[in-house]
Amino acid sequence: MKKSIFTLEQSRRLARDVWELRLAGDTSAVTAPGQFVNLQLPGKFLRRPISVCDWDERGLILLIKEAGEGTRELVRLGAGTELDVLTGLGNGFDLTKAPEGAVLAGGGVGIAPLYGLARRMLEAGERPLAVLGFRSREEAFYLEEFAALGLEVRAATEDGSLGTKGFVTDVLKGLPGGLYVMACGPAPMLKAVSALPQTAGGQFSFEARMACGFGACVGCTVETKRGLRRVCRDGPVFQKEEILW
Amino acid sequence: MVDLSVSLAGVMLKNPIIPASGTFGYGREFAEIYDLDILGSFSWKGTTRDPRSGNPQPRIAETASGMLNAVGLQNPGMEAVLREELPNIARIFHGPVIANVCGFSLEEYAENCRLLEDAEQVKILEINISCPNVHAGGKNFGSDPRSAAAVTRAVRAAAKKPVFMKLSPNVSDIAEIARACEAEGADGLCLINTLLGMRIDLDARRPLLANRTGGLSGPAVFPVALRMVWDVYEAVKLPIIGCGGVDSAESAAEMLLAGASAVEVGAANLRDPWACKTIIENLPAVCRRLGVSRISDLIGGAHYG
Repeated sequence: MKKSIFTLEQSRRLARDVWELRLAGDTSAVTAPGQFVNLQLPGKFLRRPISVCDWDERGLILLIKEAGEGTRELVRLGAGTELDVLTGLGNGFDLTKAPEGAVLAGGGVGIAPLYGLARRMLEAGERPLAVLGFRSREEAFYLEEFAALGLEVRAATEDGSLGTKGFVTDVLKGLPGGLYVMACGPAPMLKAVSALPQTAGGQFSFEARMACGFGACVGCTVETKRGLRRVCRDGPVFQKEEILW
Repeated sequence: MVDLSVSLAGVMLKNPIIPASGTFGYGREFAEIYDLDILGSFSWKGTTRDPRSGNPQPRIAETASGMLNAVGLQNPGMEAVLREELPNIARIFHGPVIANVCGFSLEEYAENCRLLEDAEQVKILEINISCPNVHAGGKNFGSDPRSAAAVTRAVRAAAKKPVFMKLSPNVSDIAEIARACEAEGADGLCLINTLLGMRIDLDARRPLLANRTGGLSGPAVFPVALRMVWDVYEAVKLPIIGCGGVDSAESAAEMLLAGASAVEVGAANLRDPWACKTIIENLPAVCRRLGVSRISDLIGGAHYG
């Protein structure tokens, strides 16, 4: 964990309530896709935990959904705004545990960490299929960015306005069995993905209401097959076999 | 050179800053980011005899200038703490430790105190009679003078170490509770625990916390805590650990001036994991500004002159 000041370089609207923020700063504590950062916002007591979409040695990309007052203000901050950020939080996706042919499955803003994950899998010589789910075509985003990485992307929308009509599970159902899925999205989506007969294994990234984000307050504890685990510190990515749904 | 040392019932602390119970775990997470030996002490996570998994999610909600928590005393139980945490604490911290002791009966409080008797590094037992998150409606032993007195009597009989009763602010007259604890032989007091509060999820039209209510902490509670420390200082002769919303060397000094002998820092650790370190580093400058060469000269200072 590291605390440092990041400078907002650009805030770009991707869909009705989803934004891409580019921040410049010290990313040396970020070690794995699926980790998160905790941002301090002016006038707010608790930090906002945000999954890292992608990073390089000079900055971070975050995808942020406007969920409340804090995130609404965050995405509208002007370029040049300085933010106090805790970086390198949580355990991300473990590429060494993923077998060849692993599939990425994301729902809504949950697709964010899968982008950084896809990039690192490609660097490792893997070319995963990305299955990305949204409510509708208007609410879809980052499909071109995923495709530009050079991997196959399949979309699902609940209203059928883009790609398969339905959920990411409706795409996964059409794939051969024995899937290893790296997933991030709303809890009901993760549960449905895990419950598919096609899903043999995988890694699932969870959200939680957090106070500290580094394991001290135990506010985000969940029960797992291996006992109590903190989403912030022991997760947010958990292995399929340890999760209690 | 400013002397930052203070004494709590004969236990010397190198400075008055103590991370508050429930915001510092058993020290592990913070030992990774700074040297804990800069601290006066630390108060470990409230520990019950048996392991507790705590309340369902969600347990955290934000408020103006603060937060609500309804963790519900999640802890591994006293034996696991003595077996797994205490030896680790000895490696990461070399000062006096405050053990926050919880219980659901007089017998449990007494038994926990006895279990801690041989834990040499534990110098003070902080008896938590004020957690708002484990009983329906927030009731606890600290809610009335008779039950507070009964717990004090039970732990005083069971413990050789100094016992500090941690008081609830969710009472009509905290000074009366403080006097009841003093009369039964408490060695000191710690106040305040969190204030009972709630938030409602507007869209769901339901309480935001699964436990419905939670404990409010953070700068929002600082003036309430300060006022209660003031009142209790006037009511009893016991040393007081002031706790509630402290987030700077200045607010720590206010606590001392109100009558606290030492200061616990809670929610500030969750917002800024280096909060205690920064506060300690800034204490000498505040002492110089106030014209004292010993920080202990500030204790109760606002009551005189």
